[in-house]
Amino acid sequence: VTSPRGAFISLFVNFLVELTALATTCRFRAAIMMASSYNAKDEDGHITVSGPGGGTLRSKKPENTAFKQQRLPAWQPILTAGTVLPAFFIIGLLFIPIGIGLFVTSNNIKEFEVDYTGIDMSSPCFNCSQNFSWNSTRPCTCTIPFYLDQPYESNVYVYYGLSNFYQNHRRYVKSRDDSQLNGDVNSLMSPSKECEPYAFHENKPIAPCGAIANSMFNDTLELFYNDPNGTRIPIPLNTTGIAWWTDKHVKFGNPGGNPNLTAAFQGTTKPLNWRRPVYELDADPGNNGFINEDFIVWMRTAALPTFRKLYRIINKKSSMVPTLPRGNYTLEVVYNYPVRSFEGRKRVILSTISWMGGKNPFLGIAYITVGSVCFFLGVVLLIVHHKCGNRNNSADISN
Amino acid sequence: MARESEEPGMAKASKVKRQRKKKPKENKTRTVHANLLYDNAKGEENPNRNYANNKIKTTKYTVLSFLPKNLFEQFHRFANVYFVFIALLNFVPVVNAFQPELALAPVVFILSVTAIKDLWEDYRRHRSDQEINHMDCLVYNRAERRYTERYWKEVRVGDFIRLRCNEILPADVLLLSSSDPDRLCHIETATLDGETNLKQRQVVRSFFDLDCDFDPLKYNGIIECEKPNNDLNRFRGYIIHRSGRRDALYKENLLLRGCTIRNTEEAVGIVIYAGHETKAMLNNNGPRYKRSKLERQMNVDVFWCVIILLVMCLFAAVGHGLWMFQYGDKRPVFDVLSPEGTDLSPIMSAIYLFLTMIIVFQVLIPISLFVSIEIVKICQVYFIHQDMDLYDEETDSHLQCRALNITEDLGQMQYIFSDKTGTLTENKMVFRRCTVAGVEYSHDANARRLAMYQEMDSEEEDCTSHGGTLPRRDSVTSHQSARVVLRSQSTKSHRRTGSRAEAKRASILSKHTAFSSPMEKDITPDPQLLDKVNECSSQMDFMRFHNQPMSQLPSDLADIIDFFIALTICNTVVVSSPNQPRQKVRMRFELKSPVKTIEDFIKRFTPSRLTSGSNSSSSSSLITNRSSNRGCSSLLSSPSAESTLTKLDEEQSPQGMEHSFGPVPPCYNGNAWNLEDGELRYEAESPDEAALVYAARAYKCSLVGRLPDQVTVELPHLGKLSFELLHTLCFDSTRKRMSVVVRHPLTDQITVYTKGADSAIMDLIRPPDTGSSKGKRQKKIVSRTQNYLNLYAADGLRTLCIAKKILSKEQYACWLQRHLQAETAIQGREELLFDSALRLETNLQLLGATGIEDRLQDGVPETIASLRKAGLQIWVLTGDKQETAVNIAYACKLLDPEEEILTLNADSQEACALLLEESLHYIQAKFLCSSTDQAAKAFHSNFAPFEIYPSSSPSSSSHTTPFTVLQLGLVIDGRTLAYALDKSLEDKFLAVARSCRSVLCCRSTPLQKSMVVKLVRNKLKVMTLAIGDGANDVSMIQVADVGVGISGQEGMQAVMASDFALPRFRYLQKLLLVHGHWCYSRLANMILYFFYKNAMFVALIFWYQFYCGFSGSAMIDQWYLIFFNLMFSAFPQLITGTLDKDVSAETLQQLPQLYVNGQNSEEYKPYMFWMNMIDAFYQSLVCFFIPYFAYADSDVDLFTWGTPITTLALLTILVHLGIETKTWTWMNWLSIAFSTALFFTVALCYNASCPTCYTPSNPYWTMQRLLQDPLFYLLCVITPVAALLPRYFYRACQGTLFPTPVQVGRQLDKLPTETRRNILSLRRVKAGSALSPKPPFLSLSKPSPKGCNKKDLRSFPSSETSQGPALQMDEQGQRSPLGPADSNKGPLDLYAIVPTEKDTLPYTKDTPKLPEEPRPPSTKDSECLGKTLEASDVSLSGWITSTPLLSQTGSVQLNLPPAGDSQCVKYTRNSDQRLKSDHSIHPAQRTEQGAEQSLHTTL
Repeated sequence: VTSPRGAFISLFVNFLVELTALATTCRFRAAIMMASSYNAKDEDGHITVSGPGGGTLRSKKPENTAFKQQRLPAWQPILTAGTVLPAFFIIGLLFIPIGIGLFVTSNNIKEFEVDYTGIDMSSPCFNCSQNFSWNSTRPCTCTIPFYLDQPYESNVYVYYGLSNFYQNHRRYVKSRDDSQLNGDVNSLMSPSKECEPYAFHENKPIAPCGAIANSMFNDTLELFYNDPNGTRIPIPLNTTGIAWWTDKHVKFGNPGGNPNLTAAFQGTTKPLNWRRPVYELDADPGNNGFINEDFIVWMRTAALPTFRKLYRIINKKSSMVPTLPRGNYTLEVVYNYPVRSFEGRKRVILSTISWMGGKNPFLGIAYITVGSVCFFLGVVLLIVHHKCGNRNNSADISN
Repeated sequence: MARESEEPGMAKASKVKRQRKKKPKENKTRTVHANLLYDNAKGEENPNRNYANNKIKTTKYTVLSFLPKNLFEQFHRFANVYFVFIALLNFVPVVNAFQPELALAPVVFILSVTAIKDLWEDYRRHRSDQEINHMDCLVYNRAERRYTERYWKEVRVGDFIRLRCNEILPADVLLLSSSDPDRLCHIETATLDGETNLKQRQVVRSFFDLDCDFDPLKYNGIIECEKPNNDLNRFRGYIIHRSGRRDALYKENLLLRGCTIRNTEEAVGIVIYAGHETKAMLNNNGPRYKRSKLERQMNVDVFWCVIILLVMCLFAAVGHGLWMFQYGDKRPVFDVLSPEGTDLSPIMSAIYLFLTMIIVFQVLIPISLFVSIEIVKICQVYFIHQDMDLYDEETDSHLQCRALNITEDLGQMQYIFSDKTGTLTENKMVFRRCTVAGVEYSHDANARRLAMYQEMDSEEEDCTSHGGTLPRRDSVTSHQSARVVLRSQSTKSHRRTGSRAEAKRASILSKHTAFSSPMEKDITPDPQLLDKVNECSSQMDFMRFHNQPMSQLPSDLADIIDFFIALTICNTVVVSSPNQPRQKVRMRFELKSPVKTIEDFIKRFTPSRLTSGSNSSSSSSLITNRSSNRGCSSLLSSPSAESTLTKLDEEQSPQGMEHSFGPVPPCYNGNAWNLEDGELRYEAESPDEAALVYAARAYKCSLVGRLPDQVTVELPHLGKLSFELLHTLCFDSTRKRMSVVVRHPLTDQITVYTKGADSAIMDLIRPPDTGSSKGKRQKKIVSRTQNYLNLYAADGLRTLCIAKKILSKEQYACWLQRHLQAETAIQGREELLFDSALRLETNLQLLGATGIEDRLQDGVPETIASLRKAGLQIWVLTGDKQETAVNIAYACKLLDPEEEILTLNADSQEACALLLEESLHYIQAKFLCSSTDQAAKAFHSNFAPFEIYPSSSPSSSSHTTPFTVLQLGLVIDGRTLAYALDKSLEDKFLAVARSCRSVLCCRSTPLQKSMVVKLVRNKLKVMTLAIGDGANDVSMIQVADVGVGISGQEGMQAVMASDFALPRFRYLQKLLLVHGHWCYSRLANMILYFFYKNAMFVALIFWYQFYCGFSGSAMIDQWYLIFFNLMFSAFPQLITGTLDKDVSAETLQQLPQLYVNGQNSEEYKPYMFWMNMIDAFYQSLVCFFIPYFAYADSDVDLFTWGTPITTLALLTILVHLGIETKTWTWMNWLSIAFSTALFFTVALCYNASCPTCYTPSNPYWTMQRLLQDPLFYLLCVITPVAALLPRYFYRACQGTLFPTPVQVGRQLDKLPTETRRNILSLRRVKAGSALSPKPPFLSLSKPSPKGCNKKDLRSFPSSETSQGPALQMDEQGQRSPLGPADSNKGPLDLYAIVPTEKDTLPYTKDTPKLPEEPRPPSTKDSECLGKTLEASDVSLSGWITSTPLLSQTGSVQLNLPPAGDSQCVKYTRNSDQRLKSDHSIHPAQRTEQGAEQSLHTTL
């Protein structure tokens, strides 16, 4: 006896062979008929051709194997109230604690959100939001004060959030050239068709091309802690580590391996909406050009029209001091990004994260709900089983 | 798989034909010249050059043409065009949704799989063609002046070929010469029609006289014949000799390609049709493709899917337009301009989007569904093929599925139309009894012998079931004659040991000579008759010796001898010698050619005085010597002259008589021959013929040789007699008789012996002139014979009448003249010959009748019973006479003694109309009556919940009310059927027939059979299955939804026409109940699942449109989207679709009621599609929105969010399949595990493979990151649970609260075998009332208090008494604590106690039994009936037919009194009629019956 794997393979092969043989013999029996009849030829026959039908001496008796006789050992579950009851209770009892755990975890996450779109007249950013154009030379700045009523102990993630921004629009999603972003020199100079109509500007290739890059979020956010003394302490925001490691190191790359990015991007032009060319995104050469993490984060198009993107990370300095103590803070925004055309909103979110990501009580609630429903249905089935199950003789016999 | 693949082959053939037609002159015939006359076979002057050569090419493609042609063919399928269209749409930049190249992938995949399959098949065909084309044959070569070996493909029309024994014919050849002394050539046509008996072919008449080897160089004829056609049994034409003489050519002159030459050393012929124009090739039309009911239903739903798709696309398009519109002029940054930089208006965008959405949602129309279904069907066919239970060891054959794509139809049959002979019966005809000249010979010993066979059969089965050890049967049978034991062992031994080789040997043996099992061969003669035969022949011998004229023989003795002579010679049986079955016995006593020309006749029969009997003896002996060592030496210059001489010799009849057998040496004649006697083999075309010949042989009246012009018979005392065979008028189904015209050697009269169905013969009997005593005797014989015929029929025997007629020379000459005209006619020859036969077969003198028994096949009653329990209505359409058919129907439980029989016999259209009207009234009355107590009846009949058929026919049918199938049988004969099938009456006929439980159509022609099937199929909109074994069933088989052929003894024509071929009828049970059920439920579930799966998957994207501005964006990576169906979710459903068993085979067979599941299409009802759609939408909502909320307002990107959704959908879909899977074998587990593993493997590889390649999704490292994310796993747990919760809950509730019968069957499966067997076998559980004890059924089974159910109350006790033991067992079973079984006391009480009728009705009875039990004439019953009948205004009176029926309790005879009587119909209740035997047999009882009648009329 060979190994089960070998047995399976041989069975399978055998099956296939017979299947194909069957298919052809069925269909071409008539055609083959004449050829195969020579097998039955008498001894004095001058022709000794044997037709493809072959082996007339073999009995046609089917083999008595479990597989061919469809008698493979099998598990035959029957779904009745009695048999599925345990499943419902087990699911219920399993899901409810998980749900509670998730809910508690999610509640422990601290999150703070500031909307700085400037829709209201009272909003500090109202003015900025009103007189905007992509190409305005003078940046508009607005300052938003806020108060954190509890300290943020661990690393704090700073997100900017956009609403009603359909980054998942079909044509928008496609409008990029991955090989250009990967640092391919050819693509740099001749971006893919997908980037149209954001591929060339004044006969120069746009780097980075495409609508996604063109519409990159370009507000600058700065966070200040208002010391009770009245001093504004800038909070250091970490610009690296916000993108996927693979994105930064594998997927994105600056062209040519030339450390001088200006030279590397020679002959290209910046996207229309950008103020600076791509090689001036950051002073840090490790975070400049295509491998600028803000850029990489933006290029990872969001799934839903309301989304947030990681902007900065506030690292915890020491275990003694909370990363963000309780108190007053000021958010300074260089307001560049227009959202009014699509009724969008801009937010800044400060959040800690847990093992399961950001604050989202939904999953916990879902688990609790499904668990409860299961439990409830289990009870219903129990009743059904007791009321009606007995009437079902056969089910009882089987129990 | 490739629906279209075979048809083009045909198309090509016809194309060839068409070309052929055009090229030469536009005439209707083909002219063939000998190629030898021309230098070069292909030369311009050769008139044959335009005919197809013998090279066959069944391939469709060449290397070059493969790609375009195959693609072209594949695009004939609409689905392929659709998908290619969608793939091409992707190349339009404005609307494209996917990477265009990628979108092509699935279409290319599907197309290439099909193409590769086609290519491979074509290659196989090519190879087989090559082999065939390169076979050798001998073709005459002009240059070398001899026959040289050539390849088949080089043979051309007009070539002369020489064929040797056992060679296969390379083309259709006109036989010009044969080494056979009789100028015959035998061929075996097994490869063409499967018939294994030898067929005789004759040399063309003008070459008949040629004595030497045929010399092709001397051939100078021109052959004119028909265009190539595919009719194997037709060939007409003539050959024009240089002299201008024309000779007609018949099908007897043509050797067909593919046949094998037998028994003939050498034959020479000229090729008439070659290659693709041969009849064999034109007949080769491959398997048939039908569309199954399920597929039709599926196509409707595919259509709905298209509608859903369009609605979804439209919705999205409108949504997109509105979404665009809301932004107005402010163009948001994410709304990208078109590549040209132009701004699209909302309306244009919407239109483009509509197309895009069609691409995105294309998955909704399942591209792989069609492929999957075909794969599953092939697997199903494979498993049906492999089923051991459908394998017949005796013939080493198993079921053949000839139509590959209607397996699931087997599970949905509603009506079965069955042939009787050979289908229900074994078609082993055994001579049982006969009547000669009005005297019955009961052959009791023969009956005992047959009974013994039956006994041994059953014993055999016992032995095999007990492990097949050597049985003690030897002792059992030891008292029988040793010979019988020996024989029975020789054929049965293979069964006992079950060894393959032996079975094989036996099957080979039996193949060599059909219809020659020992049971058929050994006939124990009736001593009385044997004495008479002996007496008779000795008298004749005496008379011959004393030169007394034969007419002095006592007429009864003369009749006896004539009777046996008729049995012996009135047939087409060929005698072959025992050692070499294929070697014809060549005993030639005289040379005579049949009368073929009028001159010949005149020469032979005009009393010429040319010779006086001086030289007769010497001359004929000379001739005999010559012919026995026949060589090329021609003793006489002209054989015809010689034969004339011989004929003339015989003119002096009494004197020359002894010479007719004189030439044979006496010693040879006597002992030596007798030794061989028992071993002669008879090869008959039909089993009846063989049976009669064997019967005659039992009386020492044996056929020892048959030549085209002569039959030799050996008679006791008289020795061998040679009858000059003047004509054979073959059997045909219209005339229902055959005749031979012979010259009787003893009396020298021209005698016509006719054998045929009694109805056909009896009408042709010469009306005896009552004056003479002879006439009186004749009259007596006729009436007595008629009585016995009725008796035989009542016994279920097949009856044949034997008659003769003596022609005067003038009469014969007169007839012959016209007959010869008919024979030589080219136009309408068949009709003329038919008329000619009719002219001859008149004024016959009745000799006697025979009763041949045709035993039922094993397990037929059981099969019919269980098929009927399965809710199938079984109609038997037979050509047999009514009485025979009715009795066979009783024997096979088609008709129940308990039920009433409605017999329709009418002899005019109006009468038929009236009859139908009245029976309809009767049925309605009965229906009214029975509807109240239907439940009670159903309770007994084991049939309750299935009795009311939901009328599946839509309102188009005029009968909208659901019909109840009553306990009623309908018997209708062919003539009435012809009226009933008339347009005006067919609705009424159907209304009557459909409410009867069984219908029996007797005396029906093949055409009627098919008309009945067509009528039922079209009018009732039901699924029909036709099963038959003979050529007369072919039309019926072709008309039915599913045609089943029995590969029995009557050739292969039925099998060739069928979709499935079974070795035996009883296999139908497993085929339908098990395989049909499985195939149907598997496929139905798979199709539903497919729709669900695609809808569920597509709906995910649809929901997403609400969150992406209806832009046609998909969060599911395009790779997953495209390969989801093709790879990730493909295998489990294939495995489930192939292997899933809802109920085990045993339970399905024991509970035939489960079959109703398929009949009512319960696995796949239209609403189920919508339920599945709703479920799909719910599940997709769950699968979409749980991740949606879980990731709402997070930094998740499009594909990191979409990939979990894909995973969730896949898991949900797989678990959904798991819920629907009923049987989990390791293959199911493996396939699901494989699918999951495959998805993750592919995803991981894909996501790691290339960081920049897969624009726009670019899923680099997505899966890897997700696998590190606990959230992903949390989603994977909760989403499938939440999505499948409702379905799971519903299934559980359904399983408990209202289980379907199938589910109950599954529960039974789970029981320990012991318990299950108890429940099933003891109680004969009824799925309906017993197994689903829910209120509706309970109320149904409540006995009604009304008085109309008297009959059932009555029948119940009777069954109780007769089934005492069964009932006792029943009670025992109930009381004994069968493990857990005692907990179900309550429901078990509901089990119907139904008589388990183990004992079949005695089939062979020696005397007609008078029904013993005098049933008390239940007045209440008839009152009830009377009342109802009064209600329908029918006058009641007794009118009794001559139909003797077995003991049935209630029978209604609807007969019209002979013409001229009043136009009222009379009903007879046979139950009130105590004497059921035929009144004419016991004339004394007539008066009693009369009294009964009058009593009845007063009622």
